[in-house]
This record gives sequence, C-alpha cells and structure tokens, in this order.
Amino acid sequence: MPDGSTLPLVSVQNLKMHFPIHGGLLRRQVGEVKAVDGVSFDIAEGETLGLVGESGCGKSTCGRAILRLYDPTEGEIRIDGTDIAGLNHKDLRAKRPVMQMVFQDPQASLNPRMTVEAIIAEPLDEHTTMTTAEKREKVRELMDAVGLNRAFAGRYPHAFSGGQRQRIGIARALALNPKFIVCDEPIAALDVSIQAQVVNLLEDLQRQFGLTYLFISHDLSMVRHIATRVAVMYLGKIVEIAPREALYEAPKHPYTQALLSAVPEPDPAFRTARTILQGDVPSPANPPQGCNFCTRCPQVMDICHKTEPSMRELAPGQFAACHLYNETSDHAEAPEAQQEQLEVQ
Amino acid sequence: MADGAASRSDVILDVSGLKTVFRTRGGEVHAVNDVSFDLRPGELLGVVGESGSGKSVTMMSLLGLLPQPPAEIRAGTVMFGGQDLLKTPDRDLRHIRGARIGFVFQDPMTSLNPVFTVGYQLREPLRKHMGLRNKAAQDRACELLELVGIPDARRRLSDYPHQFSGGMRQRVMIAIALACDPQILIADEPTTALDVTIQAQILDLMAELRERLKMAVIWITHDLGVIAGIADRVLVMYGGQIVEQAPVHELFTEPKHPYTQALLTTIPHIRGARADKLTVIEGQPPILSAAPAACSFAARCPVAFARCQQENPPRFAVAPDHDAACFLLTEEPAHA
Repeated sequence: MPDGSTLPLVSVQNLKMHFPIHGGLLRRQVGEVKAVDGVSFDIAEGETLGLVGESGCGKSTCGRAILRLYDPTEGEIRIDGTDIAGLNHKDLRAKRPVMQMVFQDPQASLNPRMTVEAIIAEPLDEHTTMTTAEKREKVRELMDAVGLNRAFAGRYPHAFSGGQRQRIGIARALALNPKFIVCDEPIAALDVSIQAQVVNLLEDLQRQFGLTYLFISHDLSMVRHIATRVAVMYLGKIVEIAPREALYEAPKHPYTQALLSAVPEPDPAFRTARTILQGDVPSPANPPQGCNFCTRCPQVMDICHKTEPSMRELAPGQFAACHLYNETSDHAEAPEAQQEQLEVQ
Repeated sequence: MADGAASRSDVILDVSGLKTVFRTRGGEVHAVNDVSFDLRPGELLGVVGESGSGKSVTMMSLLGLLPQPPAEIRAGTVMFGGQDLLKTPDRDLRHIRGARIGFVFQDPMTSLNPVFTVGYQLREPLRKHMGLRNKAAQDRACELLELVGIPDARRRLSDYPHQFSGGMRQRVMIAIALACDPQILIADEPTTALDVTIQAQILDLMAELRERLKMAVIWITHDLGVIAGIADRVLVMYGGQIVEQAPVHELFTEPKHPYTQALLTTIPHIRGARADKLTVIEGQPPILSAAPAACSFAARCPVAFARCQQENPPRFAVAPDHDAACFLLTEEPAHA
C-alpha cells in the first residue's frame, strides 16, 4: 500500500466469532457461544499489542480468527491493506506469508516425525520456489536467528527442551519474512527461567525484522514488559484498551482494576488488601443483559443491568467501556469519583 | 544444620536426608537428593521451584504416594507424631493420609471422581476415618462446604463435580482435605490451573482458614508472587535439592543463593519500575541422571568457580532459619 505509513498494519472492526451449539434429537442449532462479540482494534506497524484476559474470555479465538484460522461470523480484518475476512481460499493462501502464528504448546504444534530442518522448511516448500540448497541455507540462517545450534538441524523435536522447541516454532513463523505474528500464549507452558529467554528473543527479532506482534497472554506482568499497548478482554468483548503506562498506572475499567489487583506481587512487603471479585465468569453462551461484567462488578449501578456501555476515550489513547464514566457528558468529573471509590477500597 | 533455632518439640514434621530415585528404561532419575526440612505448628511453609526441581516428588515420597517401582526411596527419615512415615505400613499410612495430613492437588478436575456426588466424596473420609454415619456425616459435609465458602451448601452436596466451576472445585478439594481436621495440609500447586481473579479468592480463603483452624500448611508453587503473599518460611528447590531456606521477607530482600537471586530478577513486575530487558538465566535445568557430584546450578551460575564443579555444596547457615547451598557462603563456618 502506498500510504502504509499512515494506515495501521492490522485493523480489526467489529469482529464477531460465534460458534453454534447443537442439541436435541435432530442436532438442530439451539444457541451459540459468543466467543468473540464485536471486537475492534488497530495495531500500528512495529507495535506490540498485548491481549489479556482470563481463560474463556475469547482472546485465543480472537487471535485465530484474525488470521482466518476460523471463518469469522462478522466483521472486517484488514491486514497490510487487504480485508482478509471475506477473502476466498486462493487469495487467502497468497496472503498467508505476511501473517504467521506462534502457538502455546510447542509440544503439540511441532510434528514429532519431522526433523527440525523439515519443520522450519515446510513454509518455504509451500510458498516459495527456492531450490533445495537455498532452503538449506535459509533454515540455517533462521536457526542462527533464534539461537538454535545449526548442528541440530537433523534432530527431531523430542530431543529438545520446551524453550528450544518454542524457538523452533518461532523460526518456522519467521521463515516467510512475515510482517505480523500472532503469539498465542507463547510462554505459558515454559518455566520461569526459560520464559525470559523466549521473551527477550521475541523482542530482539522484532527489532531486527521490524515485526508487529499481537501478544496473547494471561500473564499481566509479562505483557507489561513486552507490549506497547494493551487490550483487556472479558467475555468476548474488549473492556479497555490503552497504552501500557496508562493501563497499568491508571486503569479505568473496574475489571482491569480488579484483574491488576489480583496479580500476586513477588514482594512480601506488598501484602495489601486486594479487590477480590466474587463469583465466576458467566457462560459466553448466555451472557448477562447490559454490561457483561455487571454480575461481578464491585461498582455496579442500575444502568449496567440494562444497557451495554460503549467505548469512550477517557484519556489520550485510553478507551474503556463503562457506565461509570458516562453519567455526565464531560468526563472531567467521573475519574475523580472513581478515585474516591478506589481509596475507600 | 538446617534446623537451626527450632527446638525438636516445636516440630510436627521432620524430614531428613530424603532420597528418591526413579528407575526408567533410560536409566535412573535422581529426583530428590538429600532433602531435609521441618515443619512447625501453624506455619505456612512455601516450596518454590521450576518443573522437575523435585518439589512434588518430595511431598509424594514422604506420604508414600509414589508407586514403587518405578520409584524407590533410597534413604531418609520422615518423623511425624513420633513415628517414621517411611517405615509405617501402608494400612496405617492410609489412615494418617486421610485424617491427619490432608492433600490438595493441582488439578481439581482429575482429582475428584466424576461419577460420585461431591457430598459422597466429602462423606468418604468422614466415614472411613471418623466413623461418622448418615445424618452426622451429612451435617459435617455441609459444614465443610460452608467453611470453604460454597453458597447454598446443603443443596450442592448432591451435585456432581462437573456442575462446579474450576475455582469451586478447588474449594471442594480443600473441604475434603480438611474433613478430618488434619494437623498438616499439603497443597501442591492448588491455584496454578486457576485464573488470577479466582486464585485471589482461593488465597484469601486459605488465609482465613489458617486463622481459624491453626493448622500447618506446606504450599508448593512455582509462582514467587503467590509465595510472597502467603508464606512464613520458604524452601527454594533446584535440581532435586533444597538450595535455600529462608523466612519469606529475608528471601526476597537478602537472597543468598545465586539461583534465588537470578530467579528474583528474571520475573517481570506488575508495579514499580519496568526493566527494558529481562535478566536471563542462561542454559537449561540439569538432567538428574546421577546423584549430584557438583553443585547442580554450577553450569548456569554467573559466579561459579572451580570448587563448584568438584563438590556438591551442603547448606550453610547464614542466619536463624536461613541457609543456602553455595560455596560462596563458606567464609562464615570455615572455622568448624
């Protein structure tokens, strides 16, 4: 695209991913799970957007739908200038090299019967016309880039540790020089001392190749480290999206506030009172009326049970969907009320 | 040397020199190497370590929960209530496990039986170990569910595990472990499978239960944040050994072992200053195919020297209840 510098690399508008529930004798559709229900965001080139939330909130489904690993129910997904939501199979395949994915479980996402060389070369086989010698050289280069010993190219995945397997998965994702990579919980299966190795690698590669990441994770501390902007999901919807500093220093949405306060801080001097949310997340097949968070929100009001709040910009770049900030049209007063409530807690 | 200040009478569980080996087709795995620690009444002892560091195997060894073979407990004593649990016949051990030492596992879905109601599974230890029947057992079961904060307890007794959410199932597990008023509760990564907001609920419940029941707790986790929030004293495990023991504040302010120090700097924080680049512990955890002849952390240690490759360091005391297995600390007890 000629005007690439002004357009975001990834732009998602009103993405919906509903899965049908079949039941009864005739296996008719009796309902649907609204895994992702109207999600919109942009990711600028070279940026890392962190997507956080608890299990079942739809963050992984969202990441997969954006790469068309699912066929979205509704919405627009523009990646590098093309709306891929409605693309046919052939055009989509041509577009695949631009967007890649790193999966959570390196054990399950690598074929145990293929050598490391074959795994990393597979995208090259599929999408390029490189000669065998060229592919060989490219695989070796990729192994260097992710810090794997070239001499191990002929080994099988089981011979590697979890952290090294994740490096293989990253090398495969890099093979086609993508612009955009969805990292779906890439460190969740790894030990603490290995997590830092993989995160540093992802950051180095981003700098080196100018990559754009969607970093999906439930680890809020790690997202604070890697992301430039952060989106918080709850029950299929984004409740708050903001630059990193704003989100962690001054979270606006009561869910973001509770989520951050629930993260145990590795410092025994910090045993303060936490905001403990009551109850569990409702089922996405049967979300509550009004605001999705109204069943657990510590600051719930009458209006929350009736109308769904819309996204508003509360600070530069910081958007949240909450009625607390809606009462008065000017939002100069609302954050103060919020602050008072925080102090009471 | 590890016991330091605590007098014997003050200890309810005393483990010393525990060694557990697994025999596999690929050779032996020395999962637990010479582990010694004690547990005092009412305290919460945190055990931290990465996967494969031997924290779960240690706890399962001392309760006789490991299938033998392939496991083999080579050495050690586990003194509890005047008897050595490693020499106790299985039938007596079964009674101790159910009634006097409770156990909560990581995954509440796989540790509850899906075909029995929660009420049945709660009444089972009451019937076996306390001889409670019918109404008495039902009342006690109901009381236990209320204790762990499950609303509408009496009705929920007739529900099956799948009708509970993850956090609620873990509450049920805790209720079962507490059924016979145990002196010790061993919790093995009880919040790892849960979301942070649910984890916060369980940690809160645990703090409240300890206050009310005055029991001693061993809490195994890989999450230093959880440990910081609940533990009184902490054991850090690496390569099947305890590399550091310290009161929780000292562990976080003055860690003595290079592994503990590295671990504390490698985790990102949610508050305060944000590091531009994470500190990395290079390399991989050791493969425990033989009893350690050198320090198990030597290969990854930034301050390792010649002696670390030749001998396995014992735990050197640095303060009351604080010791670490590192030769850098030898200066103090050198006169011995």
